[in-house]
Amino acid sequence: MLLRQPIGKAGNKMKTTLAKRIIPCLDVKDGKVVKGIHFVGIKEVGDPVECAKAYNEAGADEIAFLDITATHEGRGTMIDVVRRTASEIFVPLTVGGGIRTIEDFRVLLRAGADKISVNSAAVKNPQLIADAADIFGSQCVVVAIDAKKYENGYHVVVHGGRIDTGLDAVEWAKKVEELGAGEILLTSMDADGTKQGFDLEMLNAVCAAVTIPVIASGGCGSLAHFSEVFEETQADAALAASLFHYKELTVGQVKDHLNQKGIPVRCLRKLEAL
Amino acid sequence: MIAIIDYKAGNLFSVQNALHFLGIENEITADPKKLAAADGLILPGVGAFPKAKESLDEKGLTQLLLELVETKPLLGICLGFQLLFDYSTEFGKTAGLGLIPGYVDRIDDFDHALKIPHMGWNQLHIRQDSPILGQVQEGDSVYFVHSYRAFTGQKYLVADTDYGDMIPAMVQNRNIYGCQFHPEKSGELGLSILKAFAERAGGL
Repeated sequence: MLLRQPIGKAGNKMKTTLAKRIIPCLDVKDGKVVKGIHFVGIKEVGDPVECAKAYNEAGADEIAFLDITATHEGRGTMIDVVRRTASEIFVPLTVGGGIRTIEDFRVLLRAGADKISVNSAAVKNPQLIADAADIFGSQCVVVAIDAKKYENGYHVVVHGGRIDTGLDAVEWAKKVEELGAGEILLTSMDADGTKQGFDLEMLNAVCAAVTIPVIASGGCGSLAHFSEVFEETQADAALAASLFHYKELTVGQVKDHLNQKGIPVRCLRKLEAL
Repeated sequence: MIAIIDYKAGNLFSVQNALHFLGIENEITADPKKLAAADGLILPGVGAFPKAKESLDEKGLTQLLLELVETKPLLGICLGFQLLFDYSTEFGKTAGLGLIPGYVDRIDDFDHALKIPHMGWNQLHIRQDSPILGQVQEGDSVYFVHSYRAFTGQKYLVADTDYGDMIPAMVQNRNIYGCQFHPEKSGELGLSILKAFAERAGGL
């Protein structure tokens, strides 16, 4: 075996070729991709399976679906979307939105999802994280944390940022890791929609508190924001919805930019027909 | 026909989806007759080593697999890859299938310098040629999710990846193959590996 000398000490981060992941997120309502502008006046824009395929071809490292359907019938549609996507694209698929029970996990995992993200239901019932991790494995349990800055720190907010739970976001991040979450999807509700860049301060606060991967979300508006988040925080991945959806930037452009900056990314290569 | 071995250890459907997409005839099964009739066997798996091994033992699959690999190729994926080795230390020492010399132990995080699990896309470094490399070239990235890793001899090492230490990613011992990563989640490149295995098995 080739063995290298360990170069990291406690607290130090070691260099690795593990790629920083770029994750386009598709907001899905009743089986159709929509993109809300400030959660008001939701615009409908297309077939989620086709969108996911396009992102896959562009080099997306994972695809995320956020189900914003309110009705029970609509949720069945989402399962079908997941099933169709999983039979055509072969990168990890994360599904979130309205997940409340172990049965919700089971149905979506069976349909072909690789990871399930839970948000407000986990705040209400933290045991859901432990149960899901125990039954399906930590690798498929993503806890989505929406947070906002308050005078005394970051608070977890729910319902699109309308309700302050009073929970400290950093403490909650530690708690979900202890419960068995495999990954944290951290959205800054202050930065979300601003296109002024990721909330680096919030990301640093959470990354320092946990050892599981953290996905940065909310606020990116330019290529520089992507390199910045990976240069200045320990985030493992960056997620964006509207930026990719409205083709302001492509996944390929983001990867090229990161590659030029010396940040490890997965580069696609033209393959022979399969 | 490629048989995906059903031993209740995680998501078998994504492997099946990938084989369907490639047009490879396949079946998820634990039926000894069907396994014996298959051109090649895939041992997938997610979860903990002892439970998976116990499940293989209970279904009588351990002995059967040892016999079947005399005549047909086997591909272990992720936990299925780890099961190929002599033993694992996950939750205490548990014997594996012993099809590839080596053992499985926790990934060193070098005093918290690295996150565990090793999750995401990492680069492959090819150490020797193998039929299952498919279209893999030096430096290509594939998708990993694991907290334990194999230690094995150079003789069996097809490709490794750098996560603090060089970690075996693809191995081969005669007609026994293994991928620590998930070819079924590694895009078209991963599909090319599954296709190469099916071609090797004659199931395509």
